[in-house]
Amino acid sequence: MDIHEYQAKEILQSFGVTIPRGGIVYSPETAENKAREIGGSKWVVKAQIHSGARGKAGGVIICNSPLEVAQATDKLLGKKLVTNQTGPEGKIVNRIYIEEATDIEKELYLGLVFDRASESIMVVASTEGGMSVEEIAKEKPDSIIRSKIEVAVGIQSFQARELAFGLGIEPELIRRASETIVGCAKAFSELDATMVEVNPLVISKQKQILALDCKMSFDNNAMFRRDKVSELRDKTQEDEKEVYASDRGLNYVSLEGNIGNIINGAGLAMASMDMIKLAGGEPANFLDVGGGATPEKIVKAFRLITMDKKVKVILVNIFAGINRCDWVAEGIVQALEKIKIEVPLVIRLAGTNVEKGNKILRDSKLNYIEANTLEDAANKAVAALNK
Amino acid sequence: MAVIIEKNTKILIQGFTGKMGTFHAEEMIKYGSNVVGGVTPGKGGQKHLDRPVFNTVKDAVKHTGATASILFVPPAFAADSAMEAADAGIKTCVAIVDGIPSHDMIRIKRYMRRYSRNEKMTLVGPNCAGIISPGKSMLGIMPGHIYKEGRVGIISRSGTLGYEAAEQMKNLGIGISTSVGIGGDPINGSSFRDIIEKFETDDETDAILMIGEIGGPQEVAAGEFAKENMKKPVIGYIAGLTAPKGRVMGHAGAIVSAYGESAIEKVEILKECGVTISKNPSVMGDTVKSVLEKM
Repeated sequence: MDIHEYQAKEILQSFGVTIPRGGIVYSPETAENKAREIGGSKWVVKAQIHSGARGKAGGVIICNSPLEVAQATDKLLGKKLVTNQTGPEGKIVNRIYIEEATDIEKELYLGLVFDRASESIMVVASTEGGMSVEEIAKEKPDSIIRSKIEVAVGIQSFQARELAFGLGIEPELIRRASETIVGCAKAFSELDATMVEVNPLVISKQKQILALDCKMSFDNNAMFRRDKVSELRDKTQEDEKEVYASDRGLNYVSLEGNIGNIINGAGLAMASMDMIKLAGGEPANFLDVGGGATPEKIVKAFRLITMDKKVKVILVNIFAGINRCDWVAEGIVQALEKIKIEVPLVIRLAGTNVEKGNKILRDSKLNYIEANTLEDAANKAVAALNK
Repeated sequence: MAVIIEKNTKILIQGFTGKMGTFHAEEMIKYGSNVVGGVTPGKGGQKHLDRPVFNTVKDAVKHTGATASILFVPPAFAADSAMEAADAGIKTCVAIVDGIPSHDMIRIKRYMRRYSRNEKMTLVGPNCAGIISPGKSMLGIMPGHIYKEGRVGIISRSGTLGYEAAEQMKNLGIGISTSVGIGGDPINGSSFRDIIEKFETDDETDAILMIGEIGGPQEVAAGEFAKENMKKPVIGYIAGLTAPKGRVMGHAGAIVSAYGESAIEKVEILKECGVTISKNPSVMGDTVKSVLEKM
């Protein structure tokens, strides 16, 4: 789960990280007041969307008066920002963060992630802040320094110090820099985060260490014990169909193609999408209804797929084990009594009682195309598309 | 003997009396697995499915001599249950449960470092289908009858894609020595490398089919291990050719976030390691067959 920049900043501040003065607003009028409240003579107006690279998309505006702050807020609110991370449809701006402008002396990078190879938390830092970590890795790989956190004891002060010295920070700022790194690591560990990124972490001309932009992501599997974090979820930043799916216990990812598919199991779903591609088609989605493929889930899956107007063919591929094909087939027949399908439907069943399952489908009034293997199913789906 | 489990391996069900635990315990018993009892804290002393229920794993091990367990406890309590099994001397623990927080998985793995290599429990999963040695024992939730007895080992992150492979092989008359589902989470108990190493020394396994997917370094690590250390042929398939970067594809661990984690990159690296690649998921069985014919 992702959260907004201002939310990440509030969290990190509570862990001892210093952030520039700022506040969240929802209208141009309050923006003007907020700028006065913050004080100073220069402000940054930042669109809050779940994406990086907002600056390049016009989502960050520097202002020299409270009036300009109000105008910039007015310009951004309600707008859809398209960045290289949002997809072509972009993300809507509903919240604006107003911040005092910082006199930057130096921009650094600080990130924390799960390292799957070492199965620990890795701190990644670089002197080349402001660029994405991918760009840094590509263009300035030598600038990257790393430190592995031993999760049993958490980050140690010496590790933070080593990182701070490694970033070339001057001696009188080492203590604040170390506290900042420790604060980020504690937030990561204590809140079930999967990613904390401060980019840039800046040294200001006034010799402050400030988190200028922050990002945090959290482990969805741990939200049952993180009430306060889960309240920060902003569904307006997620794909409407994906929200619908997640609220109903389905694993769904919206894609660009036009062959909708309903599969049980994540691996089999990816494999089926691959077969569609190899057969010359493009999948419209990833959808895993769960290994069990219960009739309730199948009904929900058909509802979801029929919401997607770009879908021109639906491919159902279920490998039934303990749940048996005859039971799955009955579920499909029942689902399609409730939901009208206007596009060609290809169904491939496999596993336990496959003959019985196929017989139930054939004997029903269902208008569909039967397929036997994964390859056969993908070929028939693509052929149905081209008819 | 088969890898990891044998015909008579004594099995405990953790979360025995719950709905999931009961259903799958019955399936395992039907298959012929030696389920000797189970654990549900607070229900010790009762009988369930004609088998004793214990309060703690230690009690259960003491009275039954069990060496394997399978977890059907909710995600919030799964880490605790896995560590309890390790501490009670269980040798193999399969965590079926989907939804264990990653921070908990790291804690489990750190906790298990207190045991020496010989005493350390093999944890398989979480978010997996479990282990089956066809005709011998099933410590999992798979449909046992689709697995034909034979001499090919399977390791798969995905459950249903592993079933797909087993059925394709069965249709071609190819049997399986042991199939291990290692699960779809970013941090898991046993990696491809851990299991492939066991298959290399297993005298009942001739070749290994490895079914991977996007995300994480484990397929590549196993490929590199195979290149350096293995004599048995390895066949591989990687799902997720069409998966977009940076998106989680159902499995919490199926996300491309670094170089070498996409399907195309993994396939290229595995080829360089001498792994025979199944070019699509419909020909996993055929690819295994062609490799076996060359042996």
